[in-house]
Amino acid sequence: MQAKVNGEPMELPDGLTVSALLQHLGVRGDRVAVERNGEVVKKARHGEQKLASGDVLEIVTFVGGG
Amino acid sequence: MDELVLGGHRFTSRLVVGTGKYEDFATMKAALEASGAQMVTVAVRRLDLQAKGEASLLHWLPKDMVLLPNTAGCFTAEDAVRTCRLARELQLGGENPLVKLEVLSDPKTLLPDAEETIRAAKQLVAEGFRVLPYINDDPIAAKKLEDSGCVAVMPLGAPIGSGLGLRNPYSLQMILDQAKVPVIVDAGVGTASDCALCMELGVSGLLINTAIAGAKDPVTMARAMKLATEAGRLAYLAGRIPKKLYGSASSPLAGVIGTA
Repeated sequence: MQAKVNGEPMELPDGLTVSALLQHLGVRGDRVAVERNGEVVKKARHGEQKLASGDVLEIVTFVGGG
Repeated sequence: MDELVLGGHRFTSRLVVGTGKYEDFATMKAALEASGAQMVTVAVRRLDLQAKGEASLLHWLPKDMVLLPNTAGCFTAEDAVRTCRLARELQLGGENPLVKLEVLSDPKTLLPDAEETIRAAKQLVAEGFRVLPYINDDPIAAKKLEDSGCVAVMPLGAPIGSGLGLRNPYSLQMILDQAKVPVIVDAGVGTASDCALCMELGVSGLLINTAIAGAKDPVTMARAMKLATEAGRLAYLAGRIPKKLYGSASSPLAGVIGTA
């Protein structure tokens, strides 16, 4: 399925959960926050929240800033 | 004990320091230590999916450092609120996190958009955030934000990164006179004397990033800012003498030799 991750279109396996997406991308889930179609997906729900074709995902972290 | 109480936290340091623009994390860490800061600002950004295994910012911050996530780069209330929700998710367990609300309107001046800032502040307060809004040196906007439930107001001294210092001390004085929440000068500080001046006027704290990170020697400048902030605070508490146009002798006028 097609989804957009951090602004980049990506071809992803069907039926991925948020946890599986992070694993697929090689990202540690405890260090990031995930937003799906404008709504935060809480960490406790990463394992159950399934992604759908056309989803817009943001995976963010803290960086230096003022 | 002269403490700054902000949204449930107690700080003995009145200097809040940014974590942006440092050459490397090691310099940032040393500068933070020299500044004595107990709270630092951080930004929320997309994870670089290509740069796996890079050391994260948080790895370089002391465990007891209070984080103040910002909404830098947001130009609408909606984006600022989304950013704060993500920041809350990034801070495990923090139900009422502090956030620095910053909604800009113009990429050249980087001046805040008061209308969008107030709109976002109301939404964030309703969602339980402890909001510290970055605003113009505008007493009306400051009052509206305070009335919206913000835990502090953070007027600028001058545009972000400009280093122009406190351009309008009289507006700041008006904000200070009316404020019932802490007033923190955010943006504009260029050097140590700017810190002292702001603190002498009675602000509760300062937020500095560029003036430290961009100095030739960030660690030494961080120490200078710390000392100036403390000196300014002490001078404010001590109560300065009134300004007078004419001289007033310090030594006794009586008993001078050679007088009649």
